[in-house]
Amino acid sequence: MTSPTRVVTLRIDDREVSAREDETILQVARDNEIFIPTLCCLEGLSTWGACRLCLVEVSGSNKLLAACATRVAQDLEVKTNTPRILAYRRTILELLFSERNHVCSVCVANGECELQNLAQRCGVDHIRVSYRYPELSLDLSNDLFRLDPNRCILCTRCVRVCDEIEGAHTWDVMGRGIDCQVITDLKAPWGESKSCTSCGKCVHVCPTGALSQRGTAIAEVHHHRDFLPYLTQMRGERD
Amino acid sequence: MPTLTIEPITRIEGHARITLQMNDAGEVEDAKLHITQLRGFERFCEGRPFPEMPSLTARTCGICPVSHLIASSKACDELMAVQIPPAAVRLRRVMNLAQLLQSHALSFFHLSSPDLLLGWDSDPSVRNVFGLMRENPQLARDGIRLRQIGQSIIEGLSGKRVHPAWIVPGGVQSPMTEVMRSEIQALLPEAMEIAERTYRLYRGVVKRFKDESEVFGNVPTLFMGLVDAKGNLEHYDGLLRIKDSEGNIIEQGVRADEYSEVIAEAVEAHSFVKSPYYRPMGYPHGLYRVGPLARLNIVERCGTPAADEALEEFRALSPGKPVSSSFHYHYARLVEMLFAVERLEQLTASNDILDRKVRARARSNKNRGVGISEAPRGTLIHDYTIDDEGRVTGVNLIVATGHNNLAMNRSVLQVARRYVQGPKVTEGMLNRIEAVVRCFDPCMSCASHEFGRMPLDVRVIGHDGSELQRVLRG
Repeated sequence: MTSPTRVVTLRIDDREVSAREDETILQVARDNEIFIPTLCCLEGLSTWGACRLCLVEVSGSNKLLAACATRVAQDLEVKTNTPRILAYRRTILELLFSERNHVCSVCVANGECELQNLAQRCGVDHIRVSYRYPELSLDLSNDLFRLDPNRCILCTRCVRVCDEIEGAHTWDVMGRGIDCQVITDLKAPWGESKSCTSCGKCVHVCPTGALSQRGTAIAEVHHHRDFLPYLTQMRGERD
Repeated sequence: MPTLTIEPITRIEGHARITLQMNDAGEVEDAKLHITQLRGFERFCEGRPFPEMPSLTARTCGICPVSHLIASSKACDELMAVQIPPAAVRLRRVMNLAQLLQSHALSFFHLSSPDLLLGWDSDPSVRNVFGLMRENPQLARDGIRLRQIGQSIIEGLSGKRVHPAWIVPGGVQSPMTEVMRSEIQALLPEAMEIAERTYRLYRGVVKRFKDESEVFGNVPTLFMGLVDAKGNLEHYDGLLRIKDSEGNIIEQGVRADEYSEVIAEAVEAHSFVKSPYYRPMGYPHGLYRVGPLARLNIVERCGTPAADEALEEFRALSPGKPVSSSFHYHYARLVEMLFAVERLEQLTASNDILDRKVRARARSNKNRGVGISEAPRGTLIHDYTIDDEGRVTGVNLIVATGHNNLAMNRSVLQVARRYVQGPKVTEGMLNRIEAVVRCFDPCMSCASHEFGRMPLDVRVIGHDGSELQRVLRG
């Protein structure tokens, strides 16, 4: 017989909250309507911890920890909005904007972009580093969808949804550091991919305008993600 | 935090430089208008998917983004090889006319009327829209209100006053609702009242400007613009017509995809704006004008009652021949305001405008598409080539200010020769040079953030090439 899950109490931003011990700080914060920004995290997909936007201060640790990947514990003291955290968040967002060519006003995802929303919420009205403006060509080889690497923030949601939910593992990550890119089928053009089922899940989980439907004009992206928790639950029940 | 310095504030479209070349006798030998900013749209749009082009190119201008949306979407319709739904055409026309109204209002009331009503030589510190408010509050209010009405119609349809993304390849994003139509219709009687009142006022004072009319760009040129199937005034679709300075039609109906047979572009070292010319006549003899003056000169009729009546009075300025003086761009603009309101009334009266089918969808089916529309300032051409995947590989944009470039240079020279006596440049003379450029309502003046004042840099250069005098403003 498995031991029952224990309930622990902890403090987030001086608020006492209770949680199951197998929950993450992020889950508990969200249950209690405490804002922690995220970009790579998406309910229904595995935890990746790559975007670092959910960094929080945790008692007993000098390092900042990713709230999406850190379990709660009894009597934990968590801070989500100290000056140090706010400065980190803002810097991370600025670096994301500088790394590729994100021009919200003429982006297909304008108004429906998680990066744009976070920038607005976190007060990023300008960036303090130089824009890199790399020249990255679009993959328009797929009949239904398009990849614009200029808008990609390497959150890997597409990689995870394709692998974990669709089971195709068409998407993967290539290169290191600043040269990192998402690719299809060992960097074959998307339209020539043998593994892609053209299901479109990657397009709907993309937080920005990197993946979208062909023919989409500016500000016409609409994400439909209701399928994700549902599919995850159905797959779980079948297993 | 590091200090941010934004310098200069007027980054784009707002700067012009004029150089005057003087001879030994102290007379103006040559004059050049330099447009000194480079935007780079033709280059940085390359590589983007074609459905992004309307909103990308609309960012060229904050005053006439709708014109770019329309010319660009028409070019994209061509790339898709679709016929867009009739209601989409009507809705695009409504937005285009609303923009024409607000842009003409800006040009006339905010930028030009202080000169016309307060005087060329009046104190520059009051020769602006605020001075106008003191002198003629009704006119200033009318200008602000008419512009607001145009902007409100654009916002009502799209949710945004500036840079709406609503006009898209294949049509528009959403149909017009009954409520939207009623709101637009409710604005039109007041718009008509203002347009008529302003027209009457201007018709009454235009005789005062006989001297200016004679030398403000009063040069023989061709005139170009779109006309409809009957040869009437048209801003959205139709064929290009070109008339010569005597009024003879020399090109009857040039299709969009044939424009390069009649228009070629020259590049001059002194300006970032290209100098298009009428190809059969060569460069620089084939200079032509576009915009309200050209449109009224080439059409048979406007096609609406009040505008047609005003057109007759406009034509009386130069009986039997096209109106040649660029000064009368102002007059033509006011006639077009009447037309815009009347056409808006006609378009919104029919229930066809409420049709829910407003978008055709297709992939690219052709590799080249050209879209032409009439922007407030004149003919606007968007010419795209794409690869088989729909990726833009070539862009050519010819905007109204470009078409008018040669004519504007001639006009500046004409005004300079008439008013500059000796090497000393006076404020009144500077203002007249400014004003002749503003007759054309070029994009650089609409983006100048100071009411009634355009940043100008006039250099008087002597025979030996030395700079005799330099006057900076703005």
